[in-house]
Amino acid sequence: MDRTQLLIGVAVALFSLGLVGVIVRRHVLVMLMCMELMLNGVNLSLVTFAQQTATTVGAVLVFLIFVVATVEIALAIPIVLLLVRTKRTLDLGAYSDLKG
Amino acid sequence: MIETLLGNANTLLLLACCAGALAGGALMLVLRQPMRVAMALIATMIFLAGVYGLLGMHFIAAFQVLIYVGAVMLFMVYVIMLLEVRESDGPRFSRLVIPGAASLLVLLFVLAASVWRPLPSPKGEIGDAGYGIAAFSADFLGTYWLLFELTSVLLVAAVVAALAAIRVGRQAAERRTNG
Repeated sequence: MDRTQLLIGVAVALFSLGLVGVIVRRHVLVMLMCMELMLNGVNLSLVTFAQQTATTVGAVLVFLIFVVATVEIALAIPIVLLLVRTKRTLDLGAYSDLKG
Repeated sequence: MIETLLGNANTLLLLACCAGALAGGALMLVLRQPMRVAMALIATMIFLAGVYGLLGMHFIAAFQVLIYVGAVMLFMVYVIMLLEVRESDGPRFSRLVIPGAASLLVLLFVLAASVWRPLPSPKGEIGDAGYGIAAFSADFLGTYWLLFELTSVLLVAAVVAALAAIRVGRQAAERRTNG
């Protein structure tokens, strides 16, 4: 196993852990943090390939993901605050009526 | 012995940072309190910044700490404190915990099998990114200027949307007070 395989393996593991966290956890804020973990896994793979190929395109994509993650949190937190104000809980089970 | 260790210090540090990042990610699944989950995620991000630094991507490591840890996670920690989230008596996991764990194993197996195939060997050694922030900045603002402009539009849209969400919340609170 060389260095690239190790780092891509770590990126895959981080993405998988985040995905499972989004699926199995019931707390809304914890689910948001698991999404951030998935983005971090993607970032690690991009940085690994950018370093491997010595090109800047991977680093540019990492910066775009930084912006997307910031926007995601800036939008998700007000929505979570609104939901908490309505339901008085952060448990996902209380929001099942949002299914429609 | 010591010379051998010092010669492989970068590799050992890289392995330690990878192990720390994975441990933080695994802790996020099992810890109950959101504040502890946030601390585990912050530790994961700092270990990943260490990985980026060891790979020679120092500017990405700096922005990982500044943007992710310094802005995003600080915001998250403030929200956890604002909501006074305490340990609840309810179940920690949803009903999907067994299918979720099984899918994790399958996903890890499939992805590990695809990663295990020989990849092209790296062009440089650890710590040799091949370019610095000057070349990156020139490319970002030259070749990829359209993406740069799109990010600013995205940020403005996010600010407007966040303000709209806050306004909706205020209007709902006023309606509850009046009626």
